[in-house]
Amino acid sequence: MSTSTTTPTAPPVAAAPRVSLFHPTVARLTYRALLGRRRALILFVLPALLIVIAVAVRALAGADDTTAGSILGGFALGTMVPLIGVIAGTGAIGPEIDDGSVVYLLSKPVPRPTIIFTKLLVAIGVTVAFSALPVLLAGFLLNGNSQQIAVGYAVSAAVAAVAYSALFLLFGTITRHAVVFGLVYALVWEALVGNLVPGAQTLSIQQWALAVGQQTAAEGAITSAVQLPLAIGMLVALTAAATWYAGRRLKALTLAGEE
Amino acid sequence: MSTLHIDHASRWFGNVVAVNDITMTIGPGVTGLLGPNGAGKSTLINMMGGFLAPSNGSVTLDGATIWRNAGIYRHIGIVPEREAMYDFLTGREFVVANAELHGLGRREAARALATVEMEYAQDRKIATYSKGMRQRVKMASALVHDPSVLLLDEPFNGMDPRQRMQLMELLRRMGDEGRTVLFSSHILEEVEQLASHIEVVVAGRHAASGDFRKIRRLMTDRPHRYLVRSDDDRALAGALIADPSTSGIEVDLVEGGLRIQAVDFGRFTQLLPRVARDHGIRLLTVSPSDESLESVFSYLVAA
Repeated sequence: MSTSTTTPTAPPVAAAPRVSLFHPTVARLTYRALLGRRRALILFVLPALLIVIAVAVRALAGADDTTAGSILGGFALGTMVPLIGVIAGTGAIGPEIDDGSVVYLLSKPVPRPTIIFTKLLVAIGVTVAFSALPVLLAGFLLNGNSQQIAVGYAVSAAVAAVAYSALFLLFGTITRHAVVFGLVYALVWEALVGNLVPGAQTLSIQQWALAVGQQTAAEGAITSAVQLPLAIGMLVALTAAATWYAGRRLKALTLAGEE
Repeated sequence: MSTLHIDHASRWFGNVVAVNDITMTIGPGVTGLLGPNGAGKSTLINMMGGFLAPSNGSVTLDGATIWRNAGIYRHIGIVPEREAMYDFLTGREFVVANAELHGLGRREAARALATVEMEYAQDRKIATYSKGMRQRVKMASALVHDPSVLLLDEPFNGMDPRQRMQLMELLRRMGDEGRTVLFSSHILEEVEQLASHIEVVVAGRHAASGDFRKIRRLMTDRPHRYLVRSDDDRALAGALIADPSTSGIEVDLVEGGLRIQAVDFGRFTQLLPRVARDHGIRLLTVSPSDESLESVFSYLVAA
């Protein structure tokens, strides 16, 4: 410990905090943490599974729009996209809060909304990369994008990715059991209740996303239980509210000591 | 010059009161926050670091409230007790990231790594670091923006004696430069060696404050008990009891040694080796027998 430091009489040397909503360092730490964890394996396994299914179905049954629709709508949108949303959304902040390393982010003059917004962007990016792109590819493999099914479902997946990321990021700031809550929402609510109970479909991210994807596919190729204006309104409201509240949570994050 | 003010601050978790109506002022120089485990030291440091709101009272830095005030971190550097860092980064990447979050860059990161002498391992993953190395990298991350206040929670835990000495030297220098340095510890010797000013917390309450000498006197004036073994216990006993620093000596046949009660700690520690040398007695064991922290702290609280 040889080098001396300067005296602290001068005002602190640190620059004024960035006013931008995106901080590249926060983004770098977030995606490296996300992709460096063992949980990230699921991010690779699920899309790979989808592609394998697509190739197998095409080889065995040939190109068929109905089959393509049920695989992309059922497995991809119904299960894979929300699961990847859970991993990316909760993983973008939950583990840092759990193990306390978030201290290093929070003990900085960086506005809390910037931290949340950056983490949201990273979670969205990861979710889109590992769900919307594989859906697009699987769609082309299944039926060569006939009736714009591949594009339609990929757009749905991308739209869903935004809302899932925001919701699960919020879960990550609220509870240590964010993954469990996320899985319950994704698998019980979206996959089960959302598909079976008509009224509940109005409150399903999946249905909102399908309403948007519906616009890009051929007439009747993709169906949603929700009208487009309502879907867009709900998507925007949920994403904005979840992000805002996550920022508030972070601002008042309490770290209990070891005692 | 930065001063932390804790004004009638309390913090409770449910029914448990962790910090109970504490008022203290921490100014430039090195201050030691001393107390046994579970006394509320971490709770206090977390409140000073803006990671815990006081349930009651206020915690401010130069008049500015710390809780929910991200701008305050331009003046504060924090070395947390918890081990977790971004283990997948190298030491250098970690400190650079901390610098960037302050709007600084590689140059400041390199300076901070040099200050803690971690350049030799800066390109290794943090996951491979020893506890002492982690501690030093944490320290570098806290120093990167040259803060006027430095808060360290149990910084010496897990350090070997050499690392401990280096960190003490560094903290001493930071204090001499006019920074406000606060560290917590449950080890008397650490605090005694480093801090010019001591705050003692026991069971969430402020037990003693300020003057290093006053607290030291409180600590040292209490009767000390030692177990001493030598090659001629009875001759040693006879020579020691003649001095007023010793108030009682018992020959402990079971332990095979002397139980000595000393009333003047400073004088006794000088007396014992001198008496042994003058009488040609070889000392085999000298061990304090009631140095448990609890006994020391309960003595302090009673005083």
